[in-house]
Amino acid sequence: MGRMSFVGRRLLQLVPVAVGVTIVVFFMIHLIPGDPALTILGIHATPQSIHELRQEWGLNRPLISQYWFFLDRLAHGNLGKSLIYGTPAATLIMQRLPPTLWLIVYAAVIAILISVPLAMIAATKKDGIRDQLVRAVPLLGLGMPTFWVGFLLLTLFGVTLRWFPVGGYGTGFFGHLHAMFLPALTVAIALAPVVIRSLRASMLSVLGADYITTARSKGVPGMRLFVRHVLRNAVIPAITVLGINIGFLIGGTVIIENVFSIPGIGELMINSIFQRDFPVVQGVTLVFAIMVVLVNLLADMTYASLDPRVSFDR
Amino acid sequence: MTGAAGTGAVGTASAGIPPAGTGPMLEVRDLHVQIASRRGLVRAVDGVSFEVVKGDALGIVGESGSGKSMTLRAILGVLPPEARITSGQVILDGQDLVPLRQSDLNRIRGPRISMIFQEPMSALNPVMRVGSQIAEGPLIHLGIGRAKAAERALELMRRVGIPDPERRYRAYPHEFSGGMRQRVMIAIALACEPEIILCDEPTTALDVTIQDQILRLLATLCRETGVSLVFVTHDLPVVAQVCQQVAVMYGGRLVESGPVREVLHDPRHPYTLGLVRSAPDFDNVRESLVPIPGSPPSLISPPEGCRFHPRCKFAEEDCLVTEPPLRLLPGGRATACLHHERCIEAIEAERAAQ
Ligand SMILES: Nc1ncnc2c1ncn2[C@@H]1O[C@H](COP(=O)(O)OP(=O)(O)OP(=O)(O)O)[C@@H](O)[C@H]1O
Ligand SMILES: [Mg+2]
Repeated sequence: MGRMSFVGRRLLQLVPVAVGVTIVVFFMIHLIPGDPALTILGIHATPQSIHELRQEWGLNRPLISQYWFFLDRLAHGNLGKSLIYGTPAATLIMQRLPPTLWLIVYAAVIAILISVPLAMIAATKKDGIRDQLVRAVPLLGLGMPTFWVGFLLLTLFGVTLRWFPVGGYGTGFFGHLHAMFLPALTVAIALAPVVIRSLRASMLSVLGADYITTARSKGVPGMRLFVRHVLRNAVIPAITVLGINIGFLIGGTVIIENVFSIPGIGELMINSIFQRDFPVVQGVTLVFAIMVVLVNLLADMTYASLDPRVSFDR
Repeated sequence: MTGAAGTGAVGTASAGIPPAGTGPMLEVRDLHVQIASRRGLVRAVDGVSFEVVKGDALGIVGESGSGKSMTLRAILGVLPPEARITSGQVILDGQDLVPLRQSDLNRIRGPRISMIFQEPMSALNPVMRVGSQIAEGPLIHLGIGRAKAAERALELMRRVGIPDPERRYRAYPHEFSGGMRQRVMIAIALACEPEIILCDEPTTALDVTIQDQILRLLATLCRETGVSLVFVTHDLPVVAQVCQQVAVMYGGRLVESGPVREVLHDPRHPYTLGLVRSAPDFDNVRESLVPIPGSPPSLISPPEGCRFHPRCKFAEEDCLVTEPPLRLLPGGRATACLHHERCIEAIEAERAAQ
């Protein structure tokens, strides 16, 4: 019972997820043609030198035993060394993690800031023109490919208007805030439509609820009614939707980071795939999987702490 | 003997109700509410008028769907978005509430008029502490701080009989039983000492024993605070227990009104007569329960003439064409039946047969 064992149990669920992810990634990446030894050695490669390098990395052994070796290391908290840089994969990933986390959190915040007022506008004038607009326009964001939205924003606000840098992570809190705005907005544009939809639906059902009539009947004025009675109830179902979709978008950051040249783990992932840097690719994928699970765990915990009817001991 | 008083004809009934010196606390005049629905325009309330004297309780009875809840919600200005008042006046202490904006109504709802709902389960905000929900009204309206409002909420909880209020203050509605939730609703309604409370079937969702406790509580509070009540219910014995006046609604219209005792024991409308006869546990002249045949009228396209005529055994030619107005009778009574004498005859015939 209690919050801690709830978290503990959910973290335990991470183990099978992580193992599943490693299996898929490990075998998929070896299906891709290409050879890291060849990448490193470049034009100086001879069959002999390639063979030696592969021997050193253990790439000549059967896949199964390579996988076992990988798992064994992983169990000791070791992701292995980057084949290209020679540094531990974990170090590389930790260096690149902050920009990605920034991007995800920033995007979620922007998405919420967009969604709450729009959903409110739509829900309070159901089926009116404003409602129709709020329901239709965000679908554009859902329909357009994320990288394309990113390019559009980048061209307009970065290149033409020069309001924002065309790439990079910036320095310091406000530097990050400024530099990461366009990429975060890009992700938020993909995220907001689903959140608006779910918030609008839950607001509509809350607005029709008896307790809203009770609140009105005791003379609760508009803003207080909206925040304390409507929003407080309507966000609860929307949080799960937000969590699931942030989960989806974690994969999507790979593309955004490349469009905006953000030195995050998404960019690291792409580079490592091109270089067939197996340990790093596996490490990044594992981190992505863990992030998805953690985001959903966070969403569930937020849900449970906002809704007193839900207890942690399910 | 109930029968003797009832048969004493129309005139003698007037002695029981001294008209209050001051004007009515609440007066509803020719109220019309329409609801836009997929199947058409529902005339949920179609010309309802009544008044509530200060300190009195007015019961509103009628079958399901007769427009009782819509009437109450229209008075308070908390209609659902698809419904609106198309005409009529709601006069509270001389002021018409219908033309007021929501922001102005928000200053009246709570300190001057409030409401108790049928479903205590769904009428409380599930994610807000019970104490905060009670304290919210005083916090908004009484110009007192958070601490004072909380104190007031505790006092109200004590007053409506919620045990251990200090602990219960921080609980959420789902941790309360139905009866306790309804006590919370009553505390919310009382919180800013309104002059009138609208009760929409406040006991229907509760067990019989709890019903009785809640009714007693309401009656006590009314006596102590002098608050007026409008009390909607299906339950005729409850009306007899709680109210001085009663109004009977049928198909969005008022068909009969007057002092409770006279109306329920000596109805002047065939629909009221039918209600009385179909009510269980109601002490009156009849051998067994007789349900009213037929079903309530459509409020989208109500029958021509008297809305009750398809189900009325006294109906005549003129009932099919003339929409009967609510006519005043002696003794502060009124009926919307063209042939209300037929009721007297029927009741007398029955009594003679006993
Ligand atoms: N949202 C709505 N859309 C369409 N019609 C509605 C709506 N709400 C209520 N009505 C109709 O309005 C009429 C009056 O409803 P109301 O709730 O006032 O009845 P009531 O007398 O309170 O009934 P009950 O005893 O069941 O509470 C009913 O015929 C109902 O069908
Ligand atoms: Mg009702």
